[in-house]
Order: sequence, then C-alpha cells, then structure tokens
Amino acid sequence: MMSKKHSDYIIKRNQNNYEVVIGLEVHAQISSQSKLFSSSATKFGAEPNTQVSLVDAAFPGMLPVINEFCIKQAVKTGLGLKAKINKRSIFDRKNYFYADLPQGYQISQYKDPIVGEGSVILDLPLGEKTIGIERLHLEQDAGKSIHDIDPKNTLVDLNRSGVALMEIVSKPDLRSPDEVNAYIKKLRSIMRYLGTCDGNMQEGSLRADVNVSVRKKDEKEFGTRCEIKNVNSIKFMQMAIEHEANRQVDVIEEGGSIDQETRLFDTKKNETRSMRSKEDAHDYRYFPDPDLLPLEINDALINEIKKNMPELPDEKKKRFIDKFNLSAYEANILVSDIETSKYFEEVIKSSDVKLSTNWITGELFALLNDKNLEISKSPISAKNLSKLINLIKDGTISGKIAKSVFEIMAEADKNPIDIVEEKGLKQLSDPKELEVLIDKVINDNPDKVKEYVSGKDKLFGFFVGQVMKVSGGKANPQLINDILKKKLK
Amino acid sequence: MSNILDFTLVELVERIKKKDLSSKEVTKTYIERSKKSKKLNTYITEDFESALKKADNFDSKPDFDKKLPGIPIAVKDLFCTKNIRTTAGSKILENFVPTYESTVTNNIWNEGAILLGKLNCDEFAMGSSNETSFFGNVQSPVGEKLVPGGSSGGSASALAAKLTPSTIGTDTGGSIRQPASFTGIVGLKPTYGSCSRYGIVAFASSLDQAGPMTRDVKDCALLFSVISSYDSKDSTSINFKRDDYFKKLDKSIKGKKIGIPKEYRVDGMPKEIEDLWQKGINIAKDAGAEIVDVSLPNTNYALPTYYIVAPAEASSNLARYDGVKYGFRSEGKNLIDMYEKTRSEGFGNEVKRRIMIGTYVLSSGYYDAYYLKAQKVRRLIKNDFDEVYKKVDAILTPSTPSSAFKIGEKTNDPLSMYLNDIFTVPINLAGLPAISIPAGHDQKGYPLGLQIIGKAFDEQNILNIAYSLEQEIKFKNKMNDWWL
Repeated sequence: MMSKKHSDYIIKRNQNNYEVVIGLEVHAQISSQSKLFSSSATKFGAEPNTQVSLVDAAFPGMLPVINEFCIKQAVKTGLGLKAKINKRSIFDRKNYFYADLPQGYQISQYKDPIVGEGSVILDLPLGEKTIGIERLHLEQDAGKSIHDIDPKNTLVDLNRSGVALMEIVSKPDLRSPDEVNAYIKKLRSIMRYLGTCDGNMQEGSLRADVNVSVRKKDEKEFGTRCEIKNVNSIKFMQMAIEHEANRQVDVIEEGGSIDQETRLFDTKKNETRSMRSKEDAHDYRYFPDPDLLPLEINDALINEIKKNMPELPDEKKKRFIDKFNLSAYEANILVSDIETSKYFEEVIKSSDVKLSTNWITGELFALLNDKNLEISKSPISAKNLSKLINLIKDGTISGKIAKSVFEIMAEADKNPIDIVEEKGLKQLSDPKELEVLIDKVINDNPDKVKEYVSGKDKLFGFFVGQVMKVSGGKANPQLINDILKKKLK
Repeated sequence: MSNILDFTLVELVERIKKKDLSSKEVTKTYIERSKKSKKLNTYITEDFESALKKADNFDSKPDFDKKLPGIPIAVKDLFCTKNIRTTAGSKILENFVPTYESTVTNNIWNEGAILLGKLNCDEFAMGSSNETSFFGNVQSPVGEKLVPGGSSGGSASALAAKLTPSTIGTDTGGSIRQPASFTGIVGLKPTYGSCSRYGIVAFASSLDQAGPMTRDVKDCALLFSVISSYDSKDSTSINFKRDDYFKKLDKSIKGKKIGIPKEYRVDGMPKEIEDLWQKGINIAKDAGAEIVDVSLPNTNYALPTYYIVAPAEASSNLARYDGVKYGFRSEGKNLIDMYEKTRSEGFGNEVKRRIMIGTYVLSSGYYDAYYLKAQKVRRLIKNDFDEVYKKVDAILTPSTPSSAFKIGEKTNDPLSMYLNDIFTVPINLAGLPAISIPAGHDQKGYPLGLQIIGKAFDEQNILNIAYSLEQEIKFKNKMNDWWL
C-alpha cells in the first residue's frame, strides 16, 4: 500500500532516520433517531438523563433489541469504504465495571464484525495513497461520568449510554500526522456523503484511539506500539502523534525499549503519559451476548442499500474532472465536503462551470473563511451566486463590478440582478454610447493622442482608464479596447 | 368452601365461569390459607389486600371470555411485577420495585388472573433447594425440614401446600422440574424461545425459560397456553403460531415412540428411582406407545458443561448489580471500594461462587479451555437429541436422581447439590421442552417425578403423553398439613 514518495515524515536522531507507523481506531456515532438496542432518542445536548430507557439503564430483566436502521447505516458505511460486508456477524459482551456503564458490559462485536476489509483513498499533495481498513464493527457507547460539578461525587449522565457507534479500524498504513489529518477528513467526508455519521468532533460524534510506533527507516518489522486513547480533534491527534513518536525515538536512542501500553494525551502539557501497561490491561472476558442472536444480513438488504448509495467523493471527483474539465486540485476542493459539492452542483446547474469554480473556490471561500462559516450557512445562496456569474458571463457586468455586487450580496442575500438594477451598475456595452465617451476622451487629450500615434504604445492603458473613469467603471473593457484601437489607428 | 382448595385450576375456571364461585371467594380462601402457612416461608412479598380489591373488581365486572377469569396466582419472585417489590431472592434487590411488568406475568393478568404475591426462590435462581435465598429457606409441605427443591422452591411449596391454585417458575437447569418432582406437582420447562424472557431477572440468558407449575397436566396445558407468546422485546423469542395447548390436549398416545436413554441409568441411582422409571415405561407401553432404547452419548458431559455456561453468563448478567443505579448500595471510599462492599454484602455465597466460576472460565487464557469447549460440547449434546428424535417422538426419564432431602443436608457440598440437576440440565443445554409429572413415592413417602422430554416446540406432544400417563399413575399427594 505504501508508496515511498509519501513517507517524507522522518524523525532524525544521531544519524538515525525513524519512520512513524500509525493506525487509527475511529469511533463514529451513527446518525440515527434511536439507540443501538433501545428506542431512546439520541439528540445531542439534551438535559442529562432525559434520553434513557430501562434498557439503557440496565434494569433487571431488560433485554436489548437491535435497531435495524443502525445495521443499515453500518452496511452503507462498509460499502462506502469498499469493504466486505459480513453476512453473519456476532454481538459480544465486553465486560468491565464502570459507573457510566450500567450493564457492566458493553455490547460490541469482537471476532465477527459486520464489516471486513476495505480501503480509503487519500488525496495527498504528492498524489493518492490508499489506506487499508481492517474492519468496522458496531458497538454501544457508554454514558458520561462528570467529575467537576459536585465536589464530592461523580455524576453520571446516561443519555449517551447505548448510542450506536461504528468502530472503524485502519491498517497501520499511515506514516505522518498529515496523513492522519487527510485520513480522518476523508473518512468524515465519506460518512457525511452517506449520511451515516455527522462527523461532528466537537459533539463527540467522531473520536479516535491512535496507535503509534516507530522504526528505523528500511526496517521490515513494526516497532512496539502505544495506544493513545480517545483523542477528539484532528489537531490534538497530530500533536499527540508528534509527541509520542518523538518520545519513542528518544527511548530507543537512549538504549531503551518501548513498552506496549495505553497512554493519555494531555492537551494542556502537549504530552502523552502512561495510563496502564499491558500487564494492567483489562481482561474484558469477551463472549457472545446470549441475549442477541447472530446478526444475519441477506443479499436483498445489501443490494437495496447498494442501489440507493449516493455518489461518493472519489466518484464525484472523477466525474468533475471528466465532465467539467476541472483540475484534480479543484475537484478535490469541491468534493471534500458534501455541502460544498452540493453548492457547486447547484450553481453550475445554470452557470458556466469554469467561472463558477473560480468564484466558489475564490471569492466565496474567502468570504466564508473570513466570517468563519460553513458553506451550509453561506450568506450567499447558490441560486444568487449563479445569477451573479451569469451576469458576468453575458456581459451585463464586468468581473470588477461583480466583486462589488458580491460584497453587497454578502451583507444581505439579495438577487444580484436587482442590485445591478438599483445601483445602475449595468455594463456599458452599447458601442454607440461607448463611442461617445471614447470620442470625448480623445478630444480632451490631444497631446496624449499625438504621443501615442508617434509610437508610445504604453499610453493605450491610459485611454482605457480614462474611458472607464468617465463611464463610472461600467464600460465594457473588451469593447473599449476594440473601439479605441480602431479610433487611434 | 373448603373444597375450593381442592379444585384444580381448570375446575376453578369452570366454576367461576358458571358463577358457582366468585373470584372473591376463591381469592379469600387462598389468602386465608397462605396467612396460616407462614411456617413454610413461601412468600417474599404478599399482595393480599390489592388481590382482594382486584377480585372485587373482577366480580363487579366479570369477563368470562378470559382464560383465567379472576383466578388468584402467586408467582416466583424472579418476574418483575409493576409497582410490586421484586427481589430475585437477593439482598441486593431487597427493596427494588420495578416500574414495569414481565411479559409472562403480563400475559396472565391480561387473561384475568390476579397477583397474590411473590414467591421465595433461590437467590437469582441459583440453587436446587431454595436454601440460597436471602429471605430464608422454604420448607416443603411434604415434610418438616425438607427442602422443596429449587430454585422455584417457593412456587413448588406454595402450590403443593395449596396456597395458590397454580404458579409460574423459571427453569435454567431444572428449577421448575426438580422442585415439581420433590413436591408432587406438574412442572413444564418450555422450549427456549417459547416464553418471553422480558422482565425476568436474568440468571443465564441462553438457558432461562419461564414455565407453568400446576396440580395436573390439564392445568399445565391451560397455563402454558396463556404464558407462551412471541415478544418483540426479547430477541430470542420465536415467532410462530402457537396452538391452544389446552384445547388440543389428547390422552391417546397409541403408536407414539418413546425413547429410553441408557445413559440416564447413572451409577448409584436408588432402586426406587429405577422402579419408578420402569413403572412409567410399563404404563406408556400399556397405553399403546412403542418403547425404544436410545442413546444420548454425551449426557455425562452435560453437568460440567452447564456449570461452565451458566456461571459464565451469570457473571456478566449480574454485573449490573453494582450499587450505582438501583438496589442495595454499601457506601465506600471510592467507586471500587463501593463496588466491592456492595457486591460482597449484597450477594450470598452461592451467587458469589458462580460469579467467580463464570469470571474464571471467561478469562483470557482459560476461555478456550472452558467456555469455548463447553459451547462445543453443548452443540454435541444438542446433536445427540437431534439424532434420537429421528427415531422417537419423546424421551422418558426420571426427573431427579433422588427424592427431596433435608434442609442443610447438602449446603456444604455444592457438588452433590449440583448432581441433583443431572437429568434436567441436558434439556436446557439443548433448548428443548420437558415436563415433570408426579409418578410415585419413595419409601419415606416423598414424591418422585418422571420427566418427558420433547422435540423443540413440540410441547403439545409431551403434554399429551404426560396427560396419558397421569391417568394411569393416579398420583395422590400424602400431605398431612403438618405446618398448620
């Protein structure tokens, strides 16, 4: 999978070059109305303990019943990862005691996950790289322990208890923090296209455990890995990897060896520290959950989901390149976020593709960046941007005027046609009117005309500027050029 | 009204429907006798006052289309009952009051039955003598200081002592059939998936089944037809059309092939058990059944397999009793300390023993040797039955290797206690239905039972065979009401 050209992230110490090997376990919350094994709601930010059923709170005699929608979401995600769908998978119990784990076990999938091997293609500056997916399995989320409200007690919120998660395990194919960034973004993009996970890291819909090891370059064997638990932003993941890889290199350079252990990333101190060693690792006593039958998925269900799969980023990118003649770079930018691609496709429904691409990746992105807005909250609707682009295309306004119209639109999402009308910004494209203006400029500047005719070509720009000026910026620059050239012959 | 107590469930239903009896009369009679029978320690929680109210309500607006019109019934305290304390015989749930109703009990209330109270049982149904209950041991009406069997000991004792006209128990490895055998009553362990497990305090999820405990086979068929139902709240509940087992009860067994498994002739089995079995065989033969010698070669491995699978599941099922959300809590210095204190004080010895066994057999490094191996053997045991059922319609065995024993006799010897389940556990491992019917007495006058094992979901067939044998056995309980 690895092509050499990507592994440019190297840690150097005392003439030794170290390569960093990274694998991720991403926990993605399934977008669903209700939980994996109960009918409780899953809304984010609800009052504590208001979305808890008897099943979620593990009351005596309560039994889990699988949510079919969540299964479909997992299958859909598996298909999006070009992965093998396992027609028979098994739910296991992962046993451990914690206050926010009401059952005393988490229902998960251990030996027989619902989705097997697949892959994700990353678009890196040096080209594409394929990252292997080991598996995807379904599991329940735990509740939340809150330690900082009551000085003496830990409070428990079970709203999250039982919420459906997909754990997506990558192969150890990642080699740098940048690749991790690209991988998470791509996964997120695919799941958002599919509508299977909203990918909201702030709300905890996407979290990851990061496995990091180092090895001397050109060594065949992997080094001993450490797992960094529950990192919930890409930035922190990158920081944690950077720190952890350097720590491991230091240990090795000092003649030590890496202990396999679980570590925590302290975001304030920017360092990882040991949480528990392999010896202290939990014995989860996995065994098949006897309350649930093995999960059987038939071809009909898989085909039904396949039939309704949306176009995914990779395919969309290919289509944009093939059909619209976009560069790979432009296509990447436009497809990486589903909302951007939707916006783009809405605009080009009735507008020129090239102009639309430029305006979206240029002016619009700058505006959104400036206002710190998602494209779904764009102050300028796709429809109005499309109209603006059409005004440029048909010569009603110049690109320059368009920028000022755009600024007005950014304040209030108004129809650009109305703005142009109201402010009288329509481009002067009538040759007769323009001739009047040009004649005036020529008559007012006899000296400059003489100089120009005697060979000072550079003065042509001066005349264009003057015509623009007298037209109030509205004159069609192309026409000015044409007419001026004729008149000044 | 003294004969109210002598009526079977079916007779009571008929008389109430004919208005010969009111629900109030019946309910009152059972409550009075229950009140006089505290020595047996069958009830953990009585609900007499509201039972009388419900009986009044029934009589003022009777619905005779119900299958159990105004019939008072006490149930094992493993069924969660809405707003009525449910303890599972454990200190850890001593004050637990569910806000919900188990599907099985809900089914009987929907057919007009009235809750009398909650009956004693071994703690979390773990025991064969009802001696592990936090609420004290139950005495058998058969004799003083005699165990009623377990874990549905309170149910068996209350039924045999006529404190309830019928009852429901649960059976994980024999917990309905063994006490039924010990107290001279009928007990059915249905096919796994026949009765919903929703709202039943779980012991071992892949083995637990609720079932009726009744005075005779007709009552059993009636009560079973009420409690068996498909339930979408239990993922292991099987959706199929259930017969009216009561209406279809038929004592003709001519031509039925009944298997006699040689492996059940265990070493050291008392002669009286041997004789009882032979008696059953003879009766079946006389009724026109064909007796076929069969072999269930893996029978010997059933008990060790059971004592790996059941504790493994229990160790996980009981993890939820941690003092955090409900039930008993013993405060501690921190979370771990609270867990340790709560579970040390909240669980009894037998429960702790099984949690430890279960935790051990699931531990990494031991899983393959114990749990995984046990699952494979379980499959072999099931295969044995599948093989035999190609040749026969049902299997006849004794229910237990001995009659009831004295309280305290086996409490210090868990292994000999576990051996009591030797004839019943293979059936749970295979998920099959089996019924125990009273078939005779030992020299001491204690009841002995015969077990009829059926094919999956073939309860009708074993009820019919049991019904046929019952006619000839004409069992009479030799109780002298010693506790009154």
